[in-house]
Amino acid sequence: MRLIHEYLPVAGVFVLGLLLWEGLVLAFSIEFYLLPAPHVIVATLRQTYPFLVEAGLYTFREALAGYLLGCTGGVLIATLASRFPTLAGVALPYAIASASVPIVALAPLAIVWFGIGPGSKIAIATLMTFFPTFVSTLRGLLGVDVRSLELMRSLAASEWQVFWKLRLPHSLPHMFTAFRACTTLAMIGAVVSEFFGGPVKSLGVYIKSTASLFQTRQSWSAILVACVLGLTLYLAVALIERLAVSWRIEMERSRA
Amino acid sequence: MAIITLDRVSKTYLSQAGETAALQDVSLAVERSEFVSLIGPSGCGKSTLLRIVGDLVQPSGGTVTVNGKPAGAARLDRDYGIVFQAPVLYDWRTVEGNVGLPLEVIGRPRAERDERVRALLRLVGLDGFRRHYPWQLSGGMQQRVAIARALVTNPAILLMDEPFGALDEMTRERLNGELLNVCRETGATVLFVTHSIAEAVFLSSRVVVLTPRPGRIEQVVDVDLTQPRTEKTRALPRFFELVTRVREYLAEDPDLAVGAGPASPAR
Repeated sequence: MRLIHEYLPVAGVFVLGLLLWEGLVLAFSIEFYLLPAPHVIVATLRQTYPFLVEAGLYTFREALAGYLLGCTGGVLIATLASRFPTLAGVALPYAIASASVPIVALAPLAIVWFGIGPGSKIAIATLMTFFPTFVSTLRGLLGVDVRSLELMRSLAASEWQVFWKLRLPHSLPHMFTAFRACTTLAMIGAVVSEFFGGPVKSLGVYIKSTASLFQTRQSWSAILVACVLGLTLYLAVALIERLAVSWRIEMERSRA
Repeated sequence: MAIITLDRVSKTYLSQAGETAALQDVSLAVERSEFVSLIGPSGCGKSTLLRIVGDLVQPSGGTVTVNGKPAGAARLDRDYGIVFQAPVLYDWRTVEGNVGLPLEVIGRPRAERDERVRALLRLVGLDGFRRHYPWQLSGGMQQRVAIARALVTNPAILLMDEPFGALDEMTRERLNGELLNVCRETGATVLFVTHSIAEAVFLSSRVVVLTPRPGRIEQVVDVDLTQPRTEKTRALPRFFELVTRVREYLAEDPDLAVGAGPASPAR
């Protein structure tokens, strides 16, 4: 029943959007190279399918590697920083400021440092996912309220116990918010990095080369593959979140 | 021998405005299984005093002896159970997870923990809510969970900082009665901070009236109402007399009042 209530409108909007797109392209007879109609993109995808799956998985692996490195690093460094609050106080403003640094702008330099292979793409995806994870995790670890800490103190709990029983569970919802947002960032990082150079069988290179030849229907079919892969990662993380912090999701639902 | 002894305890806060004396020369002795309330206007340092006993705040002067040792040692020996004004429950733990937390920290085996948690939840009347989350309970029920958690290690001393302050009058009175039952069963010594005169008189064997800024003991009122106390106690003439007495002490300003006696020495 909930399935119908929650997902039916979402699916409806999706179908409606596609119809609108299709209708507008036909009604204003927009040139297909400017904006191909959805049915053209799907038809193109049918032809290029085997190639795009291979290219997609190549790019996806880069994104996933960067994602895992960035998220793991963010959580670990934040944990370390939370043990040394002075260090955290110094690091946090920089970490927050880094949100305004366009990390993709470093992509050409990453190629200089890590080569034309996957290394440079993984590096950018790592960097893009590291900072949001670090900031959210640290906020969660340090944002524990004073009374909760006093309770632990009154129980003569060790620092280790305070971490495992209070700080970490308190931070978990914050972490997952970052983990979800970072799925998209990792895909962006990988695809955009490939614009600056990479193997022919990768989404970024394919999008760039087809677009420069005005083969935009090919570009669009590759973008569609990138969307599907990004969404898959997002949904996988959202599913893990449901299992890991089910209490939080129920709590928010009960308050809504 | 007294279980809690305060000897000329003072607390001074340093701020940009200078020194603020929160507590001055507070001396008090609490006997085993006594129920002592601290009452006074806001800013009289009653919460600070409770926190000093619990070793959550360090005094600027004087000594606190609990169970024959300094407050810090008593905390490390887990002689205290604490209940705050807010329930301070962990949202990610169920009711039984929250009540069992102190036993987990101590490292008690799971079977023992489960049994003890069940017993405590029966005691506070929440047996049917073991698997609920805190945010699924009413304010009164949450506070009962907090009380169960404070009692689960069977501590010698219960420190309660306005535990029912955020609750409506009816819930508060019902929980007052339940608290007395629980204390009778466990034999715990209670130090209880409140700003409700009726609550202090109903619960306590003694009511300690504090003056504001700096907090000093104005009077100690012996509550000679018979035990066990029930809802009928609240209707006794003696109950009203004692409430009036405490109210008069609270209204007195020690600097202006003529003929007001010196702070009564602690026994």
